Amino acid sequence: MSDHPGCYHFVLPEIVANLPGDQPFARAHMQATRYAYADAILELGERNPHVVVLDADVSKSMRTNDFAKRFPDRSFNFGIAEQNMMAAAAGMATTGLIPFASTYAVFASMRALDQVRNSIHYPKLNVKIAASHSGITPGPDGVTHQAQEDLSLLRAIANSTVIAPADPVSTKLAVFAAAAYDGPVYLSFTRDPVPTIYQPDFPLEIGRAVVIREGWDATIIALRDLVAHALVAAAQLAAEGLDVRVIDCHTLKPLDIACILAAARETGAIVTAENNVIFGGLGSAVAEVLVENHPIPMERIGVRDTFAESGPYLALLDKYGMSVRHIAAAVRRVVARKHAA
Amino acid sequence: MSAITTATQADIQPSIDDLKAMAQVIRRHIITMIHAAQAGHPGGSLSAADIVTALYFRVMRLDPANPSWPDRDRFILSKGHACPVWYAALAERGFFDRSHLTTLRQLNSILQGHADMRKTPGVDMTVGSLGQGICAGLGMALAGKLHGKDYHVYVMIGDGEAQEGAVWEAAMAAPRWRLDNLTVIVDNNGIQNDAFTAEIMPVEPLADKWRAFRWNVIEIDGHRMEEIVPALESVKAIKGVPTVIIAKTIKGRGVSFMENVPAWHGAAPNDAQAQAALAEIAEGLR
Repeated sequence: MSDHPGCYHFVLPEIVANLPGDQPFARAHMQATRYAYADAILELGERNPHVVVLDADVSKSMRTNDFAKRFPDRSFNFGIAEQNMMAAAAGMATTGLIPFASTYAVFASMRALDQVRNSIHYPKLNVKIAASHSGITPGPDGVTHQAQEDLSLLRAIANSTVIAPADPVSTKLAVFAAAAYDGPVYLSFTRDPVPTIYQPDFPLEIGRAVVIREGWDATIIALRDLVAHALVAAAQLAAEGLDVRVIDCHTLKPLDIACILAAARETGAIVTAENNVIFGGLGSAVAEVLVENHPIPMERIGVRDTFAESGPYLALLDKYGMSVRHIAAAVRRVVARKHAA
Repeated sequence: MSAITTATQADIQPSIDDLKAMAQVIRRHIITMIHAAQAGHPGGSLSAADIVTALYFRVMRLDPANPSWPDRDRFILSKGHACPVWYAALAERGFFDRSHLTTLRQLNSILQGHADMRKTPGVDMTVGSLGQGICAGLGMALAGKLHGKDYHVYVMIGDGEAQEGAVWEAAMAAPRWRLDNLTVIVDNNGIQNDAFTAEIMPVEPLADKWRAFRWNVIEIDGHRMEEIVPALESVKAIKGVPTVIIAKTIKGRGVSFMENVPAWHGAAPNDAQAQAALAEIAEGLR
């Protein structure tokens, strides 16, 4: 695999060909990762009889009702009762079942957090929490349905594994990897469509970040929906003469420390990009690694100390400082700091 | 009594008198453990002692040598702060050595302040945060139906615990899935942490509430073994609906100065109090 600047790994050629461009994903296949989850769980259901799906009255929205139709005996809709669903999932897991408890991220990570902590993570039971509408992706629904804290909250819990895949291809691989792992996994999906950016051979391994664009001037470490935006920012910066590495850090926990430290040593400047509050999520996790091992100029892109509001997804990303231009500007600043040092 | 103290003799059906005697042994352990730890919850442990004894020494299908036997009946003490009663029953039933009992709440103990399924053999679910054990039990019952197993899941909750909303989420769900393999026992001792339940936030009429949720409701005196055993043994014959046994109990039962006194919800006896309590329990043994 080549490591010369500007070389992409696992990114679809048609995506690379359109970068940066005015509308870089105009030709991309768009799909909300919640639907990629629904596709994946259907496949899993076919080949693993232990997989059961638990819903809390959003099975139409998450399309887990496809699973319910195909496997009615292995589908349980708890109604609007997320606390019961999470603790019941724990009870089911004690018998060898692999429950996928599916709901929106606000409810999975906050309404039922006590159950998620005490009944699932403390006994390290084999429950998968499938959380859609993560970050501020459920734009029009407004603040009550925007889970801008879920990654931070789940990361703080012992025994947790937190995965936030970037596109439909990596989402399906993440669901399969979660099913193969024995223990709790929190899977974070988008409400809104995101571009399919990866080839089918994307090497999704829990805890292993993936360099998807080579570069030696700075690094953008992103997860979930901001990975695509990071790719566009890197392509824009390349036109300015900056070669920026892009890392898909799909697994927030356990963090791929080796990959982050290599980027720190080799590029000397890092920007993190997450559609999540800047407290306790990816930016905090990377900052902790850098401060303790290899301090370098760094900036965090994410939701600042504020709630968002209703609005279209992409417009919200822009208003709340997480769009391509914000990521690119942050890279320019950390590079300037690096050179000033 | 000796006939039911070891696992190898578990096939021998203990009599009502045997069970009464064992309940006093359990009570003795509860006092000894909480006195040794100088912390814990004696009131709700003592109120549950007779029912937990009936479950572990007569009603439940268990193999102490194989605590994770897939076909075993399950018990979840959803009111997890009363775990001394659970630990005492498990030790007497042979799940682990009795010598562990006085390590309750100490560093490196297998007996946590609230029960931990990964540390204690025989504990079927980690509990402590109220209103969760009943939901986990519902999950186990659903799994039992899915797997075509005939095990039964028993969950004990407290009357104070019934203030948790999640209890009623589970209460709504179990009849919807016709979980006749799930039995909830309410240790209705009328006292919660702060004071009498009726003063803090009344939960009565409990029987009407569970009936309204379409459960099979049985009401018993939770200290009369002659009522406890037939009630617990009747539930497996009930088909199509879950059963709740509302057991009227006395918090601190068996130790006169602890009985019906809210202060003994979560206080440890000092040396003199422990001695007096053990003497009373010994009296009950004779």
